[in-house]
Amino acid sequence: MLYMDHSATTPPYDEVVDTVAQVMKRFYGNPSSLHGLGVEAHKLVQQARSVIAKAMNVKPEEIVFTSGGTESNNLAIKGALRAYRNRGRHLITTAVEHASVYECCRQLEREGYSVTYLPVDRTGAVRAGDVRDAIREDTVLVSVMHVNNEVGRIQPIGEIGSLLREYPRILFHVDAVQSIGKLKVSPAELGIDLLSCSAHKIRGPKGVGFLYRRAPVRLEPLLAGGGQEAGLRSGTENVPLIVGMAKAVRMAVERMAENTAHLYRLRARLIARISAMPGITVNGSETMEHMAPHIVNISVPGKKPEVIVHALEQHGIYISTRSACASGDDRPSRVLTAMGLDPARASSGLRISLSADHTESDIDFFCDTLQKVLDPSTLPV
Amino acid sequence: MQADFIMLRLGELTLKGRNRSRFEQAALRDVRQRLRPFGGIRILHEFGRIYIQLNGEPYAPIAERLGRVFGLHSFSPVYRTAADLEAIRRTALNVMRSLPSKPATFKVTVRRTDKNFPHNSMEMNHLVGGYVLRHIDGLKVDVHRPDIELHVEIRQQAAYIYSYVEKGLGGFPVGSNGKALLLLSGGIDSPVAGWLAMKRGLEIEAVHFHSYPYTSERSRQKVIDLVKTLSRYTDSIRLHLVPFADLQTRLHQAYRGNLEITITRRMMFRIAERLAEQRGAEALVTGESLGQVASQTLRSLDTIGRVVSMPILRPLIMMDKSEIMEVAERIETYPISILPYEDCCTLFVPKSPSTKPRLIQVEFVEKRLDWMAEGIEQAVRNTETIVVSEEAPQETDVFF
Repeated sequence: MLYMDHSATTPPYDEVVDTVAQVMKRFYGNPSSLHGLGVEAHKLVQQARSVIAKAMNVKPEEIVFTSGGTESNNLAIKGALRAYRNRGRHLITTAVEHASVYECCRQLEREGYSVTYLPVDRTGAVRAGDVRDAIREDTVLVSVMHVNNEVGRIQPIGEIGSLLREYPRILFHVDAVQSIGKLKVSPAELGIDLLSCSAHKIRGPKGVGFLYRRAPVRLEPLLAGGGQEAGLRSGTENVPLIVGMAKAVRMAVERMAENTAHLYRLRARLIARISAMPGITVNGSETMEHMAPHIVNISVPGKKPEVIVHALEQHGIYISTRSACASGDDRPSRVLTAMGLDPARASSGLRISLSADHTESDIDFFCDTLQKVLDPSTLPV
Repeated sequence: MQADFIMLRLGELTLKGRNRSRFEQAALRDVRQRLRPFGGIRILHEFGRIYIQLNGEPYAPIAERLGRVFGLHSFSPVYRTAADLEAIRRTALNVMRSLPSKPATFKVTVRRTDKNFPHNSMEMNHLVGGYVLRHIDGLKVDVHRPDIELHVEIRQQAAYIYSYVEKGLGGFPVGSNGKALLLLSGGIDSPVAGWLAMKRGLEIEAVHFHSYPYTSERSRQKVIDLVKTLSRYTDSIRLHLVPFADLQTRLHQAYRGNLEITITRRMMFRIAERLAEQRGAEALVTGESLGQVASQTLRSLDTIGRVVSMPILRPLIMMDKSEIMEVAERIETYPISILPYEDCCTLFVPKSPSTKPRLIQVEFVEKRLDWMAEGIEQAVRNTETIVVSEEAPQETDVFF
């Protein structure tokens, strides 16, 4: 079994599963309770917060626990726009954001907000200059993902953060769901005000994530209720998942340098072999440093990508056609179309996303199988 | 840009001779201890100053810790480069570009100890200053009151450039002026008093009176968290938790008049002095200020304070509430202090507590309470002591 869909989700570390189970068994108190059981549970949540804050080089009170990347993105965008409605009703984002950002913006448009979706170049990157040109008097927020989940293109968030320093009243949100653990993410250094993360992309449990919120930034909460998370996210804290996530974040950041070096080697090998196969194009930038180490997106024009996915599955290999959050959609990929790919290439995208546990022979096996599967004599197109 | 060194400037420049070197030793010891997690660093005395050689360790977390060491007046990240014009210019420009906020004006100050360097200091001021001006928009030179002063020191083997100065806490190294026992209630004031005592060079241990089961686990945890926050400014702090419910209820049963708070406070002070003696502390520190609550009138302070003979230090005595709150916010005890968990002080409050308790009256009431002396000894005996520090390993560490 060769699971190569790590951008969709990742198998949790054994240690994380054990931790979640143990905490769930022993520390079941409600962190808001007055008694000892509650206090213990509350301490675990605070310790998790400290561990994550330390790994991200931020202050513990700047971490808000959520149910995952989608909630973090919604809280960041809607929360900021609603809290700062006196500053305006305009926000700037890109055409290649994850559905949880994109749909959130569409929803806000229906509420009367104005959104600029910046175009990307043919490698899938937005241009910092375009961000500057789109800024208006009433711009409240800029939201740009760090790594595009479909294609793996790294966005110039360093440059955007720098330029936004000249606009201190404009908030900068970064969806870092695909970059944590693969690339260095240092919100304080990069001038980022809000940053979203999801645990199940870094071998933590599903159903939990966090939002980094630079201390002075205000947010209107999505959920009203008991006032947990300093009023920003009501709801009894999911202690076992939060602790599991803290462990996963720590492990991801600690192993990042080693893992990323290995992933880039695997990626280079994969690209080299795929480039030698006729009829396949690799999407994104040819420059390795512009691309995340774990994602490779290819187009096989003329073939149905779902058929290839299923054919590979018969050989025990799991990849995806696009973002898992968009799998049900028949239309050509929004992201590939934004990159200027013609409909044939935009509808035949395949995404291979790797783990640091993969080996060179895994890559070879994948490529051999892909070749076999694409052989016109075997594949009923 | 990664800094190569951090230049430290120690405080209390008015100290002379042996006092000064003792102060330096203590400050350096604290710096060394606080930076222990950063194994790569080296501490150097060079050119009459103290430097931390980073050797690749990250500047930001180290700077954060240095910002919590009492005795440091200020410090700067220092960048080393080759002692040649082009390298100096490039590094100077990078230093200017990496400043946390863009200055409007600057000036260059060059010190040249290598007389063989081809340009003299005056020339270098222009050569470096001009280069920076050409490459940064909207920057002007102001030789009188610049926003930023860019220092360039040219020595034989290398040149050192620094500009940004981070303010330190000042004060005296913790413990350099003795040890005191802090009466910590969990409110806003007493943690601030403790911090100010530490700043003046006192090593503190804390004593807290809890009334379990009338006060909860949460209020105990709140006090531990407060001490943990204070311990970030030193190594670790010992916290003594005194079981006070028994004495409080016995008093309440024997006497209900308006001197109840006065007598309660006197019991606390007696216990505190006993603990201080045991722990080698030579003074008590409290968060008392004038005029806030009934027990904080001059008469009350006098009547209460009479039960102990060691000095009672009250760092907040003349401060406004707003000044106290400002410090509490800065040292990050405020958000913990305002958590609404009841502490023992609010438990048995008489209808109109006396604001001018007469000593003779108080002593008269206390004479009847023959259980008090033994009760106090028992409370001291049953005191639980824990060592609190941010880095102390906990049972739950294994989960993370």
